[in-house]
Amino acid sequence: MKKENLKYLTNGIIKENPVLRLVLGTCPTLAVTTAAINGIGMGVAATVVLVGSNLVISLLRNIIPDKVRIPAYITVIAGFVTVVQMLVKAFLPSIDAALGIYLPLIVVNCIILGRAEMFASKNSVLPSVLDGIGMGIGFTATLTLMGAIREIIGAGTVFGLPITAGFIDPMIVMLLPPGGFFVFGILVAVSNKLATMSGKKAVEHTGCGECPMKDACKTGGEA
Amino acid sequence: MAGTIVSILLAGLLTENMILSKFLGICPFLGTSKKVGTAFSMSVAVTLVMIIATAVTYPLYAYVLIPLGLEYLQTILFILVIAAIVQFLEIVLKKYIKSVYNALGIYLPLITTNCAVLGITILHFTKGYSFVLALVNALAAGLGFMLAMIIFAGIRGRLETADVPEFLKGLPITLIAAAIVSLSFLGFVGIGG
Repeated sequence: MKKENLKYLTNGIIKENPVLRLVLGTCPTLAVTTAAINGIGMGVAATVVLVGSNLVISLLRNIIPDKVRIPAYITVIAGFVTVVQMLVKAFLPSIDAALGIYLPLIVVNCIILGRAEMFASKNSVLPSVLDGIGMGIGFTATLTLMGAIREIIGAGTVFGLPITAGFIDPMIVMLLPPGGFFVFGILVAVSNKLATMSGKKAVEHTGCGECPMKDACKTGGEA
Repeated sequence: MAGTIVSILLAGLLTENMILSKFLGICPFLGTSKKVGTAFSMSVAVTLVMIIATAVTYPLYAYVLIPLGLEYLQTILFILVIAAIVQFLEIVLKKYIKSVYNALGIYLPLITTNCAVLGITILHFTKGYSFVLALVNALAAGLGFMLAMIIFAGIRGRLETADVPEFLKGLPITLIAAAIVSLSFLGFVGIGG
């Protein structure tokens, strides 16, 4: 594999980790990470959609008119989400039950629209697919890590295997919504600290990251 | 009926709050909740779009997709309808109700990709609400969104001047503050049955 292709692939895992560095896809990150296995489920589902939409959008990048590109991207993404939804429903009903409404909501996951706008619409097919895979791995790894942390503290298990279950009382609050906000806050703080130590900037305050709507959002925030 | 409406309103505002317990609409929550005025305008726009989106998507799903056996098209249809509604609303407001457009216009493009709107239109069906109850649910969810945004805008104002440890500055402390607000909302669990 050529060196630059490898770069596209590894970019999303640490340097531009979609959750911790770009602050995209916050809603599913907070919502489904009550157990490590849910993190993997959501991560893999989003990765499949991301790779598919990056592939199709980079193929169509010279055909889609600039003015209607966002609706066109959303249509492509929604198509892939529907496919994934049907597959998960048919083959993994327990994951379907755990992810619930957040599975169709992959459509509005900013990571996917964000990568379509920032990357796939400007690059050829192979880099776009590799970017999708890399971003997907970064998303999945972060969600799984966060799910594991919440599962250990909240239930004393990881992937259902008991870790501290016998001798430390689990703190159920970690599985409830406040635990999601708290663990994510701490993870961002740790990632910021590591980034500033290696000479990079801490993530921005807005929570919009590289969302395609960021500029509109910013003027909205200041108005 | 009246009892159901009250319990839906209480759930939307407190126990099943869009932002603090369902994590829908986190982007605007973190992005535009810096000032109370902005938070209020954004929430009004979201509530409006939620109600209109429910009024359009509910009949489409119940009377077109279900009879035709096309339920699997829900996601793709709903997101396109919401995008169209937002665009349409922007054009109509710009042309006919200038004052409302000036107040809310800049927030409208953001709402298309706001998971709160798509989320609530899908949630009506998972909860099995009738059309009227679905509209009440959309209103309740919008008001809950507004409550969380406004409370949090006040807290953000204080955080700006607070002496926060260096490594928690910015996004981390905002998320931890959100955790505490969310924790306080857990106290409402059980209200409204």
